[in-house]
Amino acid sequence: MTANGVPKPEEQAKLVVRNLTVFYGEKKAVGPVAMDIVGQHVTALIGPSGCGKSTFLRSLNRMNELIPGCRIEGDVRLDGDPIYGQGIDPVAVRRRIGMVFQRSNPFPKSIAENVAYGLRIGGVNDAREIAMRVERALTQAALWEEVKDRLNDSALGLSGGQQQRLCIARALAVEPEVLLMDEPASALDPIATAHIEELINELSEHYTVVIVTHNMQQAARVADYTAFFYLGELVEFDRTDVLFTKPNDSRTEDYITGRFG
Amino acid sequence: MSATGAGAVVRPDREAQARLAARRTRRNFVGDGAMAIASGAALLIVLAVLAIILVDILHNGLPRLSWAFLTQEPREGMTAGGIFPAIVGMVQMVILMTLAGVPVGVATAIYLHEYSSPVSPVTRAIRIAVANLAGVPSIVFGLFGLGFFIQFLGAGIDKVFFHGQKVYGQPALIWAALTMAVLTLPVVIVATEEALRAVPRELREASLALGATKWQTVMHVVVPQAAPGILTGTILAVSRGAGEVAPILFTGAAYFLPQLPTHLSSQFMSPSYHVYVLSTQSPDVDATKPILYATVLVLLVLTFTLNMAAVVVRARMRRRQGVPA
Repeated sequence: MTANGVPKPEEQAKLVVRNLTVFYGEKKAVGPVAMDIVGQHVTALIGPSGCGKSTFLRSLNRMNELIPGCRIEGDVRLDGDPIYGQGIDPVAVRRRIGMVFQRSNPFPKSIAENVAYGLRIGGVNDAREIAMRVERALTQAALWEEVKDRLNDSALGLSGGQQQRLCIARALAVEPEVLLMDEPASALDPIATAHIEELINELSEHYTVVIVTHNMQQAARVADYTAFFYLGELVEFDRTDVLFTKPNDSRTEDYITGRFG
Repeated sequence: MSATGAGAVVRPDREAQARLAARRTRRNFVGDGAMAIASGAALLIVLAVLAIILVDILHNGLPRLSWAFLTQEPREGMTAGGIFPAIVGMVQMVILMTLAGVPVGVATAIYLHEYSSPVSPVTRAIRIAVANLAGVPSIVFGLFGLGFFIQFLGAGIDKVFFHGQKVYGQPALIWAALTMAVLTLPVVIVATEEALRAVPRELREASLALGATKWQTVMHVVVPQAAPGILTGTILAVSRGAGEVAPILFTGAAYFLPQLPTHLSSQFMSPSYHVYVLSTQSPDVDATKPILYATVLVLLVLTFTLNMAAVVVRARMRRRQGVPA
């Protein structure tokens, strides 16, 4: 396909994006984008600041519509189910497509209650089941060993890296199918970043991960597929090894070789 | 090199600049000093006024204050006895007005801040109305209470339920409390909105991204996070209302009552109104004066206690949330 096209999906695409365009007021922020996101792999979105990669990510679980004046056109399907359209509840979409944010944002509650939050609002009331799923989510987020003796302490007492892993655990507890991550390591030190990257690799065994990153090395390390956004346009999308070694578009090549951005 | 030549040309300039800078520094120094003295003097005036009031009240009120004063009713035309009924009346009125006003105020603020569109003209009109409500003199609230609650609502209730017999169509505890609730409403709304505004967007997003509905997010994340601010604002509003006289003057406060209020339709005594009565209606000014001072002291202590409660509540709730106070 073309440089702006869709990679031939070797497996069934989990998320199919067609013609997605996001406007802030009258101004087009990103799009139109067409993309096939492969299930149980990591897809990285890279590009310079303001290129629309975060906006695109947030439109995959309908977080953009919380911003006043934001308008979205086009089609996104999760396993064939449209996520935009009449009668589709954004709450139901967000239960299937979770999100981790750039700045860790734990609730001012205990560690356990942070992870249990999504379960409780989803109607899980059984204390044993909640305890079990909290442990499983914390284990998946590689945090269990560090916090198992202080589950009732405030989450705000954790370090930055631990807080971010707690936010990942919180998102995993509701067992989404897709996990969107918006620069999850940008506020962390190199060791904490390495932890998160390792974690992303493990998560892709069970989850479909889409990660926005500023850091091209990070994309190269964690992602199976990489998409390059520039000035609100999806310039190129391919397997990470292909994109970084044989980019199709000169703008991609300029960006990954550090000529701008 | 032309360095010497250039230096010779530059030097006078530099000296002039240095002189100018020195003068400027001197002027700044004088300006800063004057400002510090002026603002310090202003602060001293405020402190002096407060000190004079407190010393005067403590000096004249404390000797008359006793357990008996707090637990007895006024006797002999208010030249003897205590102010027990007034304290009870104030407590009853404050509880009723809090129950009536605070939920409405908090709910209004939640609607305004979380649900209404910020650009809608209706929302803007409501905000302006709330701000104006806060500026209405309290005596106007008193007249409103008399006209709306007593003569309209109360008289209506009497006509329908009591065959025209005067039960609710006259000044009563419930009407005074409702009038006071209306008076404190704008303060509660503004304080609650302020507290809601301080809740970071990240927390709302975190909740919504987990598949919470807007209502769940408001109830489980936004309101708990804003609770210390809401509570503080509420207590301050209540403590301000508790000391008001004008709104209860027409709507329920009694000059003197031989017994405590037993019904919502009873009249009641209030320390603030009692101060007014003591200072203007006493048959024996010299006998009343110590009682007057002691009553003012009690009123101050009650209000001060509420304000302190606001500070303590906020500190405790912050600590429980793990935020350093």
